[in-house]
Amino acid sequence: MQTAIFTTLLVASLLFFAWSVYRRLSLVLLGLPEERFDQPGRRLSEMFLYAFGQLRVIKKPFGLNHFVIFWSFVILAIANGEFLVNGVFPSLSLALLPEGLHRALLVAFDVVSLLTLFAIALSFVRRIVVRPPQLDSLYVKGRSPEAFAILSFIALLMLAYFGMHGAIIAQGREAAASAMPVSTVVAAWLTHAGVDLTLVESVSWWVHALVLIAFICFLPLSKHMHILTAIPNCYFGALNWPATQPRETFEKGAVYGVGSVERFTWKDLFDSFSCTECGRCQSVCPASITGKPLNPRQVVHAIKTNLLENGPALKDGRKGTLPLIGDEGEGTNTEDAIWSCTTCGACMEACPVLIEQMPKIVKMRRHLVETESKFPEELLNLFENMEQRSNPWGIAPGERAKWVSTLPVKPFVAGETEYLLYVGCAGSFDSRAKQVTVALATVLNAAGVSWGILGKDEKCCGDSLRRLGNEYLFDKMAKENVEIFRERGVAKVITLCPHCLTTLKNDYRQYGLELEVVHQSELIADLIKKGRIKLDGSEKSLGKIAYHDPCYLGRHNDIFEAPRTVVQAVTGSAPQEAERHGRNSFCCGAGGGRMWMEEFIGDRVNHTRVDELLAEKPDTVCVACPYCMTMMEDGLKDRGAGEVKVRDVVEVLAEGLLHKKG
Amino acid sequence: MLVVVCVKQVPDTTQVQIDPVTNTLIREGVPFIVNPYDTHAVEQALRFKDRYGCRVVAISMGPPNAEATLRKALAQGADRAVLLSDRVFGGADTLATSKVLAAAIERLAQEDEVGVVICGKQTIDGDTAQVGPGIATRLDFAQLTLVDRVDELDLSARRIKVSRKLEGRHEHVEAPLPVLLTVVRELNRPRYPTVAMRLESADAQVEVWDNSVLGLDVNTIGLKGSPTWVSRIFSPERAKGEMLGDGAHDPEGAAQLLIDKMIEKDLLAL
Ligand SMILES: Cc1cc2nc3c(=O)[nH]c(=O)nc-3n(C[C@H](O)[C@H](O)[C@H](O)COP(=O)(O)OP(=O)(O)OC[C@H]3O[C@@H](n4cnc5c(N)ncnc54)[C@H](O)[C@@H]3O)c2cc1C
Ligand code: SF4
Ligand code: SF4
Repeated sequence: MQTAIFTTLLVASLLFFAWSVYRRLSLVLLGLPEERFDQPGRRLSEMFLYAFGQLRVIKKPFGLNHFVIFWSFVILAIANGEFLVNGVFPSLSLALLPEGLHRALLVAFDVVSLLTLFAIALSFVRRIVVRPPQLDSLYVKGRSPEAFAILSFIALLMLAYFGMHGAIIAQGREAAASAMPVSTVVAAWLTHAGVDLTLVESVSWWVHALVLIAFICFLPLSKHMHILTAIPNCYFGALNWPATQPRETFEKGAVYGVGSVERFTWKDLFDSFSCTECGRCQSVCPASITGKPLNPRQVVHAIKTNLLENGPALKDGRKGTLPLIGDEGEGTNTEDAIWSCTTCGACMEACPVLIEQMPKIVKMRRHLVETESKFPEELLNLFENMEQRSNPWGIAPGERAKWVSTLPVKPFVAGETEYLLYVGCAGSFDSRAKQVTVALATVLNAAGVSWGILGKDEKCCGDSLRRLGNEYLFDKMAKENVEIFRERGVAKVITLCPHCLTTLKNDYRQYGLELEVVHQSELIADLIKKGRIKLDGSEKSLGKIAYHDPCYLGRHNDIFEAPRTVVQAVTGSAPQEAERHGRNSFCCGAGGGRMWMEEFIGDRVNHTRVDELLAEKPDTVCVACPYCMTMMEDGLKDRGAGEVKVRDVVEVLAEGLLHKKG
Repeated sequence: MLVVVCVKQVPDTTQVQIDPVTNTLIREGVPFIVNPYDTHAVEQALRFKDRYGCRVVAISMGPPNAEATLRKALAQGADRAVLLSDRVFGGADTLATSKVLAAAIERLAQEDEVGVVICGKQTIDGDTAQVGPGIATRLDFAQLTLVDRVDELDLSARRIKVSRKLEGRHEHVEAPLPVLLTVVRELNRPRYPTVAMRLESADAQVEVWDNSVLGLDVNTIGLKGSPTWVSRIFSPERAKGEMLGDGAHDPEGAAQLLIDKMIEKDLLAL
């Protein structure tokens, strides 16, 4: 009788499970194609690292808790599998395995179940007592009935497991009782309490059975869908860090960017089903932190909600009714949110299941700019200036090389000069950044590096345009630049600015141009290492130096050490680190084209960053990016700390060379 | 009803330099742009189109490469573009320019009624601000110059109400159609062409009319029909600047001085 009822329930729940999973995952196929099947070897190893190794999860102190639950889940999947099979075919059980293995499994089940109970208890405490803010966002709450229900389910499952095995042991029916330490303790309690053991056993069995069945039904309907999708999502994750965005083809009748959910790729949609709603991205996002309407987790959630809502209509070939971009509401992203992103990449760095939030935001920007021509007013000038004068300020291109003045600077000639110094717009036109250019030129000459410039023929790299979603114009400028580099036979490039660096290195690669691009900080660190620049490590005029990692140098291009080495070589000591630094550094607020936009909502990102740096009581803030330079200088002035100097890393070096004894 | 908008291709004057020896403009390598005021004229025409369904025709007199300027108007949404290009139009002053443009507008009026003509306030190279009024006079249209706001276009009553931006004041004026407007930058924010419009306009037809279409007397147009000519272009000697205040030690005082100066020279629109 029990077997028959159980079998019926199980089959029904499995059918429901299959149907729900199909219903959701088939929606993923509505997305556009994207190649994520190459290099299976590398993909497998990423999957083991991030999914099974929980690499990103355990970075947070509380992540250990999830690590325990995850691995318990994997191990207990065997126990639960046995339970289900045994419920249908009572003759089948793990006892059929060789005894040693069976006993080992039993020990593991017991220990792991106990650990899970502790982990669940901690999760409850965290949600009720600690209440970390990143657990909640507008439409998803860490303290939702769903979250508590799932936690209770897991706890019940463990309790039922012990109840059932305790009762069996107490009745003396478990041959392997000595391999079940926790259950044995429970058995002793039960015996001591003098309860009806057969009743405890059958109640526990049914609780265990029903909870498992409920779990099977509920799983694909909840955020715990991630249990199914997170592992494959790590497999299909980007193999190369997505510092850039994919190209678009421009032809009549084509559609640009993402204005409705089916315009995302299948991987974007799969991402949305894999979100664990952990809030890690939201807790590191400079936009979220400073009170902007952007929350990367909400962006991902909006995509999922929108897909679920519009999916059925889309499957029938009709249009969805819930807008993807529009007024505030669940399943919709507001324009303000989309424009708040600095493309800093902190969200992607934090996500335990390798979701790529930032490129999705840029795709929606593309729709706004290219299809709807809707963007913040300030950007019109930027776009026009870029198109007409190939620089953000609209300064006459003829003035590009004015910074050279009386310096001995050569034009780049392939074969005669080794490096092209790609000065970039800031380094050419911004008066503060021009000082950095001059410092770099002086240092390069002092070290005997062979370098030249394109002068008036240099054009803007187009970084801001691409991040702002004006892909059409970026594409035009990228093609022009690639053409110039090819014509001039450029092979090795030094950039002053991390934005030029990333564009030349990562974006132009999509145009078939492979350059050896180095950021000035890398080059000078190398020159110091090779002894071509000699320092005595005694420079004290800059006082205590705090280093700020630019997003596009650090997180996006993995250059963390070089600038620090330079500071160390000049001053004899490593720079002071801000609380958030290195891979987890906090944006200055200027990336993603935000440099050219007003910041009307919330706190200013640069103020937040400057406050954090000021906590280290520095005399000098060292940067390695002209945008960071502007943001830090402005921020320090606004915070009444104008006496704190801001220096580019090459200026720190120049200072060291100037005061060097002998 | 047609709305005709006049656009001129100009050299990007921020990039033009004057050869100190020959006193002529160094034009080599200087890119051409749409006269900035004219982009606002185009935007206004498109707003009339959006609101009242008028057809927008962009016209320009200039060399063949001025086609790019018209293409931009097409990308923004103009329905038709006509380039007035002929050697005999060359070397025109404002009188001859307005004559050719007026003739083109009359020609368009044979196809459909022209209700509104819109010009920029002035160009950034010639800077005369005469062409608009010249066209209006020849066509006997009402002319409303320096428009910074269009309050109402009443097609049934055939009247237009606008605000004019004058030095230190505004004027609210009304005129009957047909009318010619010259517009200032404050009027609107030109729309940014979508990619689809750009691609569409890339191979859209720009009609080219030469004098065989307009049939004007060659002695009244171009260089021959131009009573004015430019005898010399030069950068005026700039009086040496003076240092006022002490910015390093008294920034507030320096700022005050600067503001006073700007008010004195009427550089602040108060
Ligand atoms: C370098 C240079 C050399 C010149 N040489 C001569 C010369 O040798 N002889 C001479 O007589 N004049 C000469 N001119 C002046 C020339 O006549 C004017 O540029 C021209 O007539 C238009 O006047 P404007 O640019 O002042 O236009 P404005 O009157 O300032 O323009 C007002 C508006 O009229 C419309 N408009 C003006 N021109 C056109 C056009 N071609 N097509 C469509 N719409 C238009 C636009 O909407 C514009 O915003 C020269 C100008 C320059 C800059
Ligand atoms: S890229 Fe940076 S600003 Fe944009 S959503 Fe991610 S964390 Fe936020
Ligand atoms: S997107 Fe990633 S980091 Fe953000 S909430 Fe979802 S799983 Fe967590």
